[in-house]
Amino acid sequence: MRYRDILDAIGDTPLVGMPRMSPKPGVRLWAKLEGQNPSGSVKDRIAKRMIEAAEASGELTHDRIILEPTSGNTGISLAMVARRKGYRLTVVIPDNASSERIDLLELFGAEIVYSPGEKGTNGSIEVARALARDDRYFMPFQYGNPANPLAHYEGTGAEIVRDLPEVTHFVAGLGTGGTLTGVGRRLHEHNPNVKVVAAEPELGELVYGLRSLEEGFIPPIFDESVLDRKFLVSSSDSLRATRELTAKEGIFAGISSGAVVHAARRIAQEIDEGDIVCLLADGGWKYLSTEAWAPEIERAEKGVSETLWW
Amino acid sequence: MSVRVKLPTILRKHSGGQALVDAQGSTLRELLADLEERYPGITKNIVSQDGGLHRFINVYVNDEDVRYLGSLETAVKEGDTVSILPAVAGG
Repeated sequence: MRYRDILDAIGDTPLVGMPRMSPKPGVRLWAKLEGQNPSGSVKDRIAKRMIEAAEASGELTHDRIILEPTSGNTGISLAMVARRKGYRLTVVIPDNASSERIDLLELFGAEIVYSPGEKGTNGSIEVARALARDDRYFMPFQYGNPANPLAHYEGTGAEIVRDLPEVTHFVAGLGTGGTLTGVGRRLHEHNPNVKVVAAEPELGELVYGLRSLEEGFIPPIFDESVLDRKFLVSSSDSLRATRELTAKEGIFAGISSGAVVHAARRIAQEIDEGDIVCLLADGGWKYLSTEAWAPEIERAEKGVSETLWW
Repeated sequence: MSVRVKLPTILRKHSGGQALVDAQGSTLRELLADLEERYPGITKNIVSQDGGLHRFINVYVNDEDVRYLGSLETAVKEGDTVSILPAVAGG
């Protein structure tokens, strides 16, 4: 395939079968490998879309600095887009994000502002919003920007319909709600009976230091009505599934992918026939420092529990 | 029906610092009423004025979000675990 530049190479990711991960023969599990995107995650899709939309509307001009709260992936994607298009970028990220995320942001030339780790991405959102009052900044705000679910409606979702029209279930992580909303709507248009399922992480104690309910946050772009079920997946179960993906399928994916596959297998147990698409948001590269694949599971669990992997 | 309830950091001030408590009830609504009796003030942050679940709180019975089950009428049984967590974003 030939592309004009790196940004045109975003999307159109492989959908690969996972024959050994399914608990029964009539239920097929499929992985959409979003780690195959240029900067390594599904977020390339929305970064490109949000920036191009802002350029088209005139909101983003070269005298402004792009600013965005992120747990890592969106920041990295935006950094790649910013380099290609010549923009400055500042990201606000929790200080307990994995070291690889910070390294990637730095090498892509992003300026980094840290928010308190114990507040997770909610804390980054709070800090970014305060900074964004300064008009020098343009904040795409993935949590409220319709270009986010649109990228998934027109990209991710359309690709799934094209490659697996017989899809019965779609499982993805709930971070901004963009993937679930965009893909969910696209799949329901194709077949209203498709079940859309969310996986949510049960993060360690480290991340629930919110002091009050007002610090809770629901992304405005998330359309709850698109969901059929939502599963809470522990770090431990996420980790085990991630390791099993590598061991049984040769798939090297990030820890949120494990959470998604765990939720997919919960569904698989309940049905006799089906084609379940799992959105694997990124590859395992950024999680090596957590020792997630250490031979001793205890070390892996400790490493994962101390980092923000979502 | 003794059910285990996992409390988030925000609510532990009502339970004397305990992260894990027990409560009784055959529906989530009953369970929360029982929880309120044992730890007055605790459900102010879980159930909103209109009697529904507070927007920024997620409640799971075992591992499923009750909003997609029966909400406050979701059945709970002996041995279940109810987890209460603040809504957190990712990305």
